Amino acid sequence: MAPLCEMRDISISFGGVRAVDGVSIHVNPGEVVGLLGHNGAGKSTLIKILSGAYKADSGEIFVEGEQAHIASPRDARRYNIETIYQTLALADNLDAASNLFLGRELTNWMGFVDDDKMEAETRRIMARLNPNFRKLKEPVSALSGGQRQSVAIARAVYFNAKILIMDEPTAALGVHETQMVAELIQELKKQGLGIFLISHDTREMLELCDRVSVMKNGKLIGTERVEDVTEDDILSMIIMGKKPDKAA
Amino acid sequence: MTDVSAPQVKKRTGFQALEVDTRLLGMIGAFLVICICFNILTEGRFLTPRNIFNLTIQTVSVAIMATGMVFVIVTRHIDLAVGALLATCSAFMAMLQTRYLPDAFGLGLGHPLTPWITIAAGLIVGSVVGAFQGWLVGYLAIPAFIVTLGGLLVWRNVAWYQTSGQTIGPLDPTFMKLGGINGTLGETWSWIFGIVAVVWALWALWSARRAKIAHDFPVKPAWAEATIAAVIAAGIMGFIAILNAYQIPERRLERMFEARGETMPEGFSAAYGLPLSVLLLIAVAVAMTLIAQRTRLGRYIFATGGNPDAAELSGINTRMLTVKIFALMGFLCALSAVVASARLTNHSNDIGTLDELRVIAAAVIGGTALAGGIGTIYGAILGALIMQSLQSGMAMVGVDAPLQNIVVGTVLVAAVLIDTIYRKKTGGR
Repeated sequence: MAPLCEMRDISISFGGVRAVDGVSIHVNPGEVVGLLGHNGAGKSTLIKILSGAYKADSGEIFVEGEQAHIASPRDARRYNIETIYQTLALADNLDAASNLFLGRELTNWMGFVDDDKMEAETRRIMARLNPNFRKLKEPVSALSGGQRQSVAIARAVYFNAKILIMDEPTAALGVHETQMVAELIQELKKQGLGIFLISHDTREMLELCDRVSVMKNGKLIGTERVEDVTEDDILSMIIMGKKPDKAA
Repeated sequence: MTDVSAPQVKKRTGFQALEVDTRLLGMIGAFLVICICFNILTEGRFLTPRNIFNLTIQTVSVAIMATGMVFVIVTRHIDLAVGALLATCSAFMAMLQTRYLPDAFGLGLGHPLTPWITIAAGLIVGSVVGAFQGWLVGYLAIPAFIVTLGGLLVWRNVAWYQTSGQTIGPLDPTFMKLGGINGTLGETWSWIFGIVAVVWALWALWSARRAKIAHDFPVKPAWAEATIAAVIAAGIMGFIAILNAYQIPERRLERMFEARGETMPEGFSAAYGLPLSVLLLIAVAVAMTLIAQRTRLGRYIFATGGNPDAAELSGINTRMLTVKIFALMGFLCALSAVVASARLTNHSNDIGTLDELRVIAAAVIGGTALAGGIGTIYGAILGALIMQSLQSGMAMVGVDAPLQNIVVGTVLVAAVLIDTIYRKKTGGR
């Protein structure tokens, strides 16, 4: 069976620096693939190519076996690829519903945006994801990190993402909220989504992921199943850029 | 997990139940204080129907542009060229209706189509120039400050070049009706307009309440809703009553009858009523508010202002959005050019000078944040009204010209300071 999403031999350069150099990764339905590496290893750049924020210099992307052409975030959404960004890509001055539907507003028969309907839908999905979420009318700048993250996640869930990209989803969150995101990832996995997860926290990654890919200086060092490796193996891959010695 | 209950809202009592924008209330309060102070200082001459009538028609031109400036500033840009673009559009329209159309196109003087062709062409010129500036900002990534600073010099002098610096007039009589005192609805139609506006406002309030109930959202108590409805209705009808109280002077009426070859009946009187230019401003305000609050375009404008990166990642074409915003600004400059030149009954070379500063000040006093993402249309119009009443009030009191500008400048800075403190207190930005 073809993987849900495959990036094959992707390269991109910025002003002579090869930020991503011939990297291939893939994700199957119901699988979480972790991307690990130092700052500047090229994880975020690689993933931004899939989400349409950057355009690769070379390489191909396949979604459900078909070649996909992704030139903008809008294209990525057409392939049901949703992204949750490290920087929490929300418009701070708008409320939760406006952010959830940003770029895909519900409109009434006159073509005007239907705020009441969007608020009702937001209320419905939030009751599922984060029952404590109450501040629907306030600008998201008034929300806590976890509440903001749940708006971003709700966006992905509401629009039936098949492939979910999470760039450091727990970086800005407290312990309890991190736990909530972890549970949510398990839930989405059960629903058959393919998830790319980026994080610095090696231990968290070993808990959440099925496979981890390690990058260094724009190159893929290797991809391992989590049950085959220890935390030390992963750390040495990140730091030394070497695959674990299986024979030893 | 599936049962969704409406969130528990604390019962609000008294004033809070009205859920009115305290910022708006503050501005209306400031405006009323200014009016009352000047009224005392001028021994009751400030709040006469005549002066209120003049105040409204003097405000229209700046207020129309200020609504567009809200969108420009909300998206973190600035437009310094609005006054100059107004002059270019005004010069073009003046030349078109007095020279090109009658002579070059052979329509002759006083052709019924002249004003409409002129206005349509003027609006197109304004929009195209605005779109061009927007393209320079959005696609070529030149800062809006620089593009429009250049535009300030370019368009001011394109206007000069078109007319060789001459004053062009008199303008077409129909065209001049849009300027203010030369075109008013008259008493009966003003009342009819007022009643229609009240009915529409009540219907809007009622349907908003119904929509909320349909989605099981909490609604204000009925008495609060009724109070707001009463205040709105009283405001609209009061405004119409004041404008209708301004009687056309007897001499002028006599001349109007003479022009029609009749004699004026003994004891005849008539009121001006609502000026067409004010009607135009109301239409612009309603349309711009609809765009801001109820369309995707408006949503994208505010989203881009709040977080340009998030907007881009959400699939919004922010470059094209910039072009649209500046094109809209240009369109409104042309509309203001119609009103301004029609009010003066001619195009003069210095028309719209320093208007860019008045427009930006009106938007900023009205609560538009230069950091982007925040601003309202009604605030900008109220800001323009506050600026205008300060200026004409001081002129009536007899404050020296340099002192007038010193006061206006101080008020601008103080207004932003108060706004900053207010936002900190209420937890906004």
